Amino acid sequence: MNKTSEIQEHKDGFFTRWFMSTNHKDIGILYLFTAAIVGFISIAMTIYIRLELMDPGVQYFVDDNGNVNGSLYNSVVTSHGVLMMFFVVIPALFGGFGNYFLPLQIGAPDMAFPRLNNLSYWLYVAGVSLALAAFLTPGNAGTTGYGTGWVFYPPLSVTEQGAAVDFALFSLHVSGASSILGALNIITTFFNMRAPGMTLFKAPLFVWSIVVTAFLLLLSLPVLAGAITMLITDRNFATSFFDPSGGGDPLLYQHIFWFFGHPEVYIIILPAMGIVSHVISTFSRKPIFGYLPMVWAMISIGALGFVVWAHHMYTSGMTLTQQSYFMLATMVIAVPTGIKIFSWIATMWGGSIVFKTPMLFAIGFIFLFTLGGVTGIVLSQAAVDRAYHDTYYVVAHFHYVMSLGAVFGIFAGIYYWFGKMSGKQYSEFWGKVHFWTFFIGTNITFFPQHFLGRQGMPRRYIDYPEAFALWNSVSSYGAFLSFASFLLFIGIVFYTLLFGKKIEDPNYWGYADTLEWTLSNPPPVHCFDTLPTKEEWDIVRLPSDEQ
Amino acid sequence: MSNKKKTVLYFFLVFFFMVGFTFAAVPLYDWFCRTTGFGGTPIQRDYTVESTNIPFTVRFDSNIGKELELSFLPSQRTQNLNIGQDGLAFYRVTNNSDRDIVTTSSFNVAPLELGGYFVKVECFCFVEQLVKAGETIEMPVSYYIDPEILNDSDYSKARNITLSYTMYEVEPPSD
Repeated sequence: MNKTSEIQEHKDGFFTRWFMSTNHKDIGILYLFTAAIVGFISIAMTIYIRLELMDPGVQYFVDDNGNVNGSLYNSVVTSHGVLMMFFVVIPALFGGFGNYFLPLQIGAPDMAFPRLNNLSYWLYVAGVSLALAAFLTPGNAGTTGYGTGWVFYPPLSVTEQGAAVDFALFSLHVSGASSILGALNIITTFFNMRAPGMTLFKAPLFVWSIVVTAFLLLLSLPVLAGAITMLITDRNFATSFFDPSGGGDPLLYQHIFWFFGHPEVYIIILPAMGIVSHVISTFSRKPIFGYLPMVWAMISIGALGFVVWAHHMYTSGMTLTQQSYFMLATMVIAVPTGIKIFSWIATMWGGSIVFKTPMLFAIGFIFLFTLGGVTGIVLSQAAVDRAYHDTYYVVAHFHYVMSLGAVFGIFAGIYYWFGKMSGKQYSEFWGKVHFWTFFIGTNITFFPQHFLGRQGMPRRYIDYPEAFALWNSVSSYGAFLSFASFLLFIGIVFYTLLFGKKIEDPNYWGYADTLEWTLSNPPPVHCFDTLPTKEEWDIVRLPSDEQ
Repeated sequence: MSNKKKTVLYFFLVFFFMVGFTFAAVPLYDWFCRTTGFGGTPIQRDYTVESTNIPFTVRFDSNIGKELELSFLPSQRTQNLNIGQDGLAFYRVTNNSDRDIVTTSSFNVAPLELGGYFVKVECFCFVEQLVKAGETIEMPVSYYIDPEILNDSDYSKARNITLSYTMYEVEPPSD
């Protein structure tokens, strides 16, 4: 059953293994750890923000003389967004899980271009350093960092003083290069290195989710690269792409940016959907319901993502006809998304469900992603969006789909594959404690923000009137609980790595239909030296006493 | 060439295509706006139309680009005319500096949705102006409101538009 049963140990030293690695598994783990560190920094920033927003008035963002330092607030909010979007969620899901499990699930010995893979990772690290440097570089109004918002809208991003914005733009360039190379690598691996007999529509759903993501990255990131290049030349070389006093148009930036920005949010969520599909199937003891519709749903979500960008710009002066198009096109995305959600539910239907930690996170994902999706449909209506545009309702919406959706997907993946990647199993009890504290904490954080948005509280403001005090304070308590839960998660990871129980059974969840479950825990350094045959990958594996 | 290299090269072309597409978007967007009036861009035509008897108000606004020692103001704040009637308005620019400045202006109307109905026949913004040190010049814009606006499904009742210019310095011609 297992062709690479003799476990090969790493012969390389620490430095050679981790700093010069071309092995997709090691690079995947590097991605996950780096993303976790950046994630910790970015989450710490949110605690600072929520501390400030807990009460009306400005208490914490003050300089040494007690004056309000709004620039620093803007800078913290912006860095939180930039780090989360570009340096945490994509690297964790696409770089981390994608690198580690896409080759394993299609039975490939490694990625198509291992050295390119290494380059992708180190460009990402370089991008992280630039992004953090931007946060510490002198910027506007005598503070450090850049307060442009993660969208970098001109004219603000062009006129803001200091080198911080330039650092940030270069960090996006570098991380964009990293993701494009990663995407090319994934696409080439997928098209050339699938196990014998594994046709396109036999590839596992997680593989499909990563491949669709790779296409979205390849098509959308060059657009971002172009837009921020124009910003850089506008800032430094006196061009005027986006400056009306020079013949440019700031609205053009918004169109180009969101042409990238909307596919970007699907880049974030699709791999999480892929992970959740496997988790739901495993813990329901059933193959996934409607495999083919699931694949086509992902492809159509990806394609539709490119034709709805202006729903971020309803208030920028479009005719009603144009708004109607973007409104309807946006609502159409609910159809493939609904196909996915109902397929997950249908997979659970009649299944013998086991509520292990990964399954809890996967069900949490479905619940919260659906909630965020529904507020997305509300926001997609141009008329309603007039009222909600740039309020906390939008903040609540995109945190439900990303902070709760994608991040629950990441946690589901980590708990699901922890034993596979490390050879040690986490404590189920503490995993569940993590889930419940995180689930309750994040909901207390973000649900009240819907109310704040409906009351009309604008986003990105450092202060607010008394009327918004109650739900802001509730939201802050939720953020503190979520942060405590995140610290517990870090504890669980390190405790398990150091003292966790070894786990020998390659198919430790007892139900497996993908190839990584045929390998040892952790998988050997090099696996699939002999390519797996159809008999090996096209079956469902149950524990030996059930077979 | 191996299959892998072929695949990666093909898809690398996609990257170049998308970067090219992004930079092509700059002139394409400009062309799209000028053709359709999108984003409040007035339309240029070299003919006029028959006037209706429906009154309309045009407001005038002006801005100056970075660090220019000019004063740039509309000679009239508003003009009342009929839809379709030829309008002629002036802007006055004074050079307060001690050097000659070559300027041109970018332009826009608000509401942005009505760009397609604001027709410019002749405008100082189509060309560059040399404003000598200390000099004041008056610059004309001739325009009309396209009667098609009366058939617009959303804006047939609109009865005023604001025309805005942003004046900026261009590099003097090299010869």
